[in-house]
Amino acid sequence: MTVDEVKIGGLGARRRRVEDNRFIRGMGNYVDDITLPGMLHMEILRSPLAHARIKSIDTSAALAIPGVQLVLTGELLASRNLAWMPTLSYDTQAVLATDKVRFQGQEVACVVADDPYIAKDACEAIVVDYEALPVIVNPTQATANGAPVIRDDKENQHDNVVFDWEVGDKDGTDRAFAAADAVSELELHYPRSHPSPIETCGSIADFDRATSKLTVYMTSQAPHIIRAAVAMVAELPEHMIRIVSPDLGGGFGNKVPIYPGYVVSILASILLERPVKWIEDKTGNLISTGFGRDIYLRGQMALRNDGKILGVRMHTDSDHGAFFSDAQPSKFKIGLMHAAFACYDIPVAHLTARGVYTNKAPGGVAYRCSFRITEAMFFQERMVQAAAEDLGIDQAEIRRLNFVKDDDFPHRTPFGFLTDSGQYGKCLEIGLEAIGYEDFLKQKEEARKNGRLLGIGISTMTEPLGAGNSREYDILGIKMFDSAELRVHMTGKALLRTGAKSQGQGHETTWAQIVAHELGIPADDVVVEEGDTDTAPFGMGTYASRSTPVAGAAVSMVSRKIRAKARKIAAHLLEVSEEDIEWELGRFYLRSSPDSGVTIQECAMAAYTNIPDGMEPGLENNAYYDPPNLTWPFGCYITTVEVDPLTGVWDVLNFVAVDDCGVRINPMIVEGQIMGGLAEAYAMANMQFITFDSEGNCVGSNYMDYLLPTAWETPGFELHEVVTPCPHHPIGAKGVGECATVGGPAAFVNAVIDALKGTGVRNIDMPLLPDRVYEALTEGHDVSGSPPIRTDR
Amino acid sequence: MTSLFEVVTTETPVDTPVRRITVTVNGKKQTLDVEPRLLLAHLIRQGLELTGTHIGCDTTHCGACTVLIDGSPVKSCTMFAVQADGHEVTTVEGLTSASGLDPIQEGFRDEHGLQCGFCTPGMMLTAKALLDENPDPTEDEVRWALSGNLCRCTGYQNIVKSVLVAAALLRAKDNVEEDEAP
Repeated sequence: MTVDEVKIGGLGARRRRVEDNRFIRGMGNYVDDITLPGMLHMEILRSPLAHARIKSIDTSAALAIPGVQLVLTGELLASRNLAWMPTLSYDTQAVLATDKVRFQGQEVACVVADDPYIAKDACEAIVVDYEALPVIVNPTQATANGAPVIRDDKENQHDNVVFDWEVGDKDGTDRAFAAADAVSELELHYPRSHPSPIETCGSIADFDRATSKLTVYMTSQAPHIIRAAVAMVAELPEHMIRIVSPDLGGGFGNKVPIYPGYVVSILASILLERPVKWIEDKTGNLISTGFGRDIYLRGQMALRNDGKILGVRMHTDSDHGAFFSDAQPSKFKIGLMHAAFACYDIPVAHLTARGVYTNKAPGGVAYRCSFRITEAMFFQERMVQAAAEDLGIDQAEIRRLNFVKDDDFPHRTPFGFLTDSGQYGKCLEIGLEAIGYEDFLKQKEEARKNGRLLGIGISTMTEPLGAGNSREYDILGIKMFDSAELRVHMTGKALLRTGAKSQGQGHETTWAQIVAHELGIPADDVVVEEGDTDTAPFGMGTYASRSTPVAGAAVSMVSRKIRAKARKIAAHLLEVSEEDIEWELGRFYLRSSPDSGVTIQECAMAAYTNIPDGMEPGLENNAYYDPPNLTWPFGCYITTVEVDPLTGVWDVLNFVAVDDCGVRINPMIVEGQIMGGLAEAYAMANMQFITFDSEGNCVGSNYMDYLLPTAWETPGFELHEVVTPCPHHPIGAKGVGECATVGGPAAFVNAVIDALKGTGVRNIDMPLLPDRVYEALTEGHDVSGSPPIRTDR
Repeated sequence: MTSLFEVVTTETPVDTPVRRITVTVNGKKQTLDVEPRLLLAHLIRQGLELTGTHIGCDTTHCGACTVLIDGSPVKSCTMFAVQADGHEVTTVEGLTSASGLDPIQEGFRDEHGLQCGFCTPGMMLTAKALLDENPDPTEDEVRWALSGNLCRCTGYQNIVKSVLVAAALLRAKDNVEEDEAP
């Protein structure tokens, strides 16, 4: 009688993805695939200069082009008080520039026309007269004496500093350093990168004058937040706004923020009373939308001679671009930077963080990570390796010595987070075994004798996931819960909706597996819908690997509410009291006579046909879940590389990943997420970065200059797993979408630096381009990617 | 400065130059009037409403717009529609036949070779061109063949596996057909 959980597609089933049925047929439904009757097309004119005063804009030639319906500039928007919009980080951002442009690619004007070709022609015909201003492209310039003030639009802003923030125990840390045997120091730059999903951003705004309803189809990872923001900012009634996020061609954080293009398409549709479509081109996406990273670190570690870490000091300088529009909902200015060193037992630490404005694109996003945790883990693992090197200790040994032990949970991190579970040592040992650590060390020494440079790098990470509990997170004051609504139809089939929004993670497949696990309804009998604010329950969307920790938990909780009601119905059907029945997957049965029972499907039918007196008919419910704590997955990544001393090119020999993301819902999807994350980690270590010349020109504004790895460069990855269930998540899951991106980069860099052992090189900034490695190798010094941070603090 | 915005009432000009072309798309021959500057990707997506062909980068790098022209993979975002005059175009919609999914589609589904699905049509068509020419490729040959198509989700490992599995499926199918041949 018992239902086989794997057969019905429950927890642990490698279930084929439901969404693939449409994607492999080319039947997906992305924003640009939608055409509405009478739809117009919008194109944005962007600034060619990084910092300039706008003297005049002449739109007459554009308006004269047949087929042009509307030309919008900042001045028009200003007349309606819409030229500026608030950001998610409590700053303001220009929708269309009025006074000056502050980064290359800033939105200056918009054209709406009958077709996109005409709109592009008209943009070319707009004449803007600019007066160039001095340009700032890094924190050193931003904080130099006499630096021009980028945000002169803000009344009380007299410099380029966005924030100065600190956390931790300064005095205690000072004492730890005073008592240390040795101090290891490292300065690092995590370069600016762009998430660059293959699909760019876009929207179709459709304002219906007859009903006053605004429908916006858009590329959003968080449609409900958009609805709330449009309601609050544009003062449109919330029930008259419908945001639909259809299939998304990747997100990685890039599709969380609110961009000027969305806003102007909405305004244009209201003005013209016709649907207006805006589809960004690739250059627009790369030069103006949410980037990731761009942060400098000065890190110091107080050490005992045996390798025990006594304390950590960190200072970061982060470059936020022209507007502080980071899409990060934690209550900490520098996100989760201070989740650094969470997996190590370190008594005391202190972090100071300064953010600055520059003439670069705004909108820092958590590019496939929890806000700043990628940088935190990179800094952590680079510092640990440097400390091992400085003390002459094995890089695996220093980690073993300092890891939080399995029986030390819950553990308070040096910056005050509470971690709850993990088997860090076990993960490391599995990784070392898989890569053949001891053998490789010997092989490396042998190769050295023949002039070959082999290296091995270890990186470990803990990522605080599940943004987030409402103590530490909110967006515009909204608590960061998520939600699920489940309707079980009378034939036992079900409809599940959540407040999350898949961008490739496979929610339609995995959410149904959680329902199958909780209720015994086959996953194939559960259809999952997301992304339409008129139908989905209010949720905060998908980013920061939060879907499984938060929305996934809500799916469990709503299923349990359904099961509780079904139990009452089962008791009624079996003519016993609730206390006399037991649950097994898919079925209630009599404790005294296990053969007598009713299935969940029979209970569903009864909910509509034969309910006990006084009970409400139907079998549906919803759940809102505010997680009690963050979840703390762990990962250990080890790679071996060979550096070619003649060219500086390095190749990955082997790569081993050991991930502990708690209970795995669909192992196939989990592995897919890890491999995807590792490819991005490799990309950042090897080639992928967005940089700027001294005039603020973005060098990396298209795929010719912004290098993304292809199938040819990307190495293969060997995956291993450890399962330590999350103690507070209903099914013990921790989330996994980003772990490998977070922990991966340091493994590659540590391996290349290890290969250069003996040359005196302690650091090469990412990406480890051949010329940088070659310079380090031949000249025997560190190679920094950008000007060093100020050291006067 | 002129007025900042103005609602223009003139309709799209009727004197736009057009050229008549004949293309065979997924086996169906069609004669169409197109603007000479119309990109093939736009003709396929808007004109023919075959939205399975995606546009990713506009510069021939990402491969999301890959279609087959006379069996060879071509990035349709940088080819004019008029250049397809007289040629055969296969899009992702043409992969599925009356008898069901193409083995390449099965391979991608079974090996979790896709996540967001945006690059998938281009990947599958590039893979099809490879397997038409080389039914038994090595992993390196698959990786090299796919190196003009970018994917940001999967890390490629499962895509490569999908193509190798598809190749095996196709070979098995061909063997069966040969056996059944009179």
